[in-house]
Amino acid sequence: MIITNAKYLTQTGIDGNVTIVATIDGEQISVPIQVGNRHYDEIMQQVADGDLTIADAD
Amino acid sequence: MALIKVNNRGQSSDFSSGRNFHNRIINGDMRIRQRNITTSTINAAGVTYNVDRWLGRGAGSAGVFTLVQDSESPNGFTKSLKATVTTADSSIAAGSSYRVMQHVEGYNMNDLGWGSSSAQNVMLSFWVRSSVTGTFGGSFANGDYNRFRTFSYTISSANTWEKKTVSIPGDTSGSWSYTNNLGIRLNFSIGAGSSKVGSTSAWGTSSIEGATGQANLISTNNATFYLTGVKLEAGTTATDFESRQFGDELLLCQRYYYQLGGTSGYSMICPCHGASTSELAMLVKFPVDMRQTPAVSWESNSTLTFRRMNNGSHDWTPNGVNALTTGELRNYGGAIWFGGFNHGQSQYAAGHVRVANGSNSLRFDAEI
Repeated sequence: MIITNAKYLTQTGIDGNVTIVATIDGEQISVPIQVGNRHYDEIMQQVADGDLTIADAD
Repeated sequence: MALIKVNNRGQSSDFSSGRNFHNRIINGDMRIRQRNITTSTINAAGVTYNVDRWLGRGAGSAGVFTLVQDSESPNGFTKSLKATVTTADSSIAAGSSYRVMQHVEGYNMNDLGWGSSSAQNVMLSFWVRSSVTGTFGGSFANGDYNRFRTFSYTISSANTWEKKTVSIPGDTSGSWSYTNNLGIRLNFSIGAGSSKVGSTSAWGTSSIEGATGQANLISTNNATFYLTGVKLEAGTTATDFESRQFGDELLLCQRYYYQLGGTSGYSMICPCHGASTSELAMLVKFPVDMRQTPAVSWESNSTLTFRRMNNGSHDWTPNGVNALTTGELRNYGGAIWFGGFNHGQSQYAAGHVRVANGSNSLRFDAEI
């Protein structure tokens, strides 16, 4: 997957980050923070490999 | 008529004669195409879906192929998945692999006993048609991608439908998932380099995805490969393909992918309410529990229209939306929130969300 513009998002009423929004293969996708989700697993793999950085939530 | 032998209240013991879910493959006859994608171009190592549950995987731009649902089909079927080589890779790199695949969820293979001494044999049967003849290859692999077994079959006549049957002994070793994670990777190879092919005689740990000496479709420009009627079942006898009712097959697909919208004209896709003055909560209920909480995608902010109830002339303008969060979304549905904009309405105002045309949708992806 080609992943760019990854950023954590928060949601009113919930503590901490709830979602990562990113452009994945040209498509804007909101990815739940959940191991086993193929998009989340790939994002974290690319982060571990040093190929991707996730921006903090606003 | 299917007979079920009932031993005690709530228990039954004999489903074998009438069971209609032998096939571990979903959408094996390629009828379901929720994504409404006409042609998918496979020009990278990533995964690209076309018809439901079937994906293409390439090896970069050296070789490129497309996937499309096609009406070319053998008797008894109406659709197939067609791969066409648009850029030939005539000297495939050793580690490159071009494939058409389906990932089987662990829950759908947990009676096979793979990874134990009681591992069951499986039979793979399918209809195939290609412009290239010769010995073709494919493979099975586990979710951890450290157990592999290749298979081969022969296409005898060009551009002619042929039914193939392959017997695969169950794997008595390795780790196989029996949960909602990836159980079996089924791979039809359309091209593999020298380090990605191997013997079909045994399970092993080398990441091989094709058979030694196989024909490589990807090496011939404009070559075609059609596939349909794919069935994977336990046992040593391949039975006829079972065409499930369309609604049943669609529900099986929707465990992994579901979309709202994508049909012609305006579509009201879900209700919503103002979660705050700068957030909208959109309520969704999936027709079947998805494999897990899905990722959510949409075309662009301007493709969604938020309309306030009892006041059709007062749209909630989505301009400036910069966030879609999934904090209250579960595998059965829930709420997704659009935030980061001022919709100008009160916190608890109610309305609905609609998309304007057939190319716009909200998409939920829980593929493996």
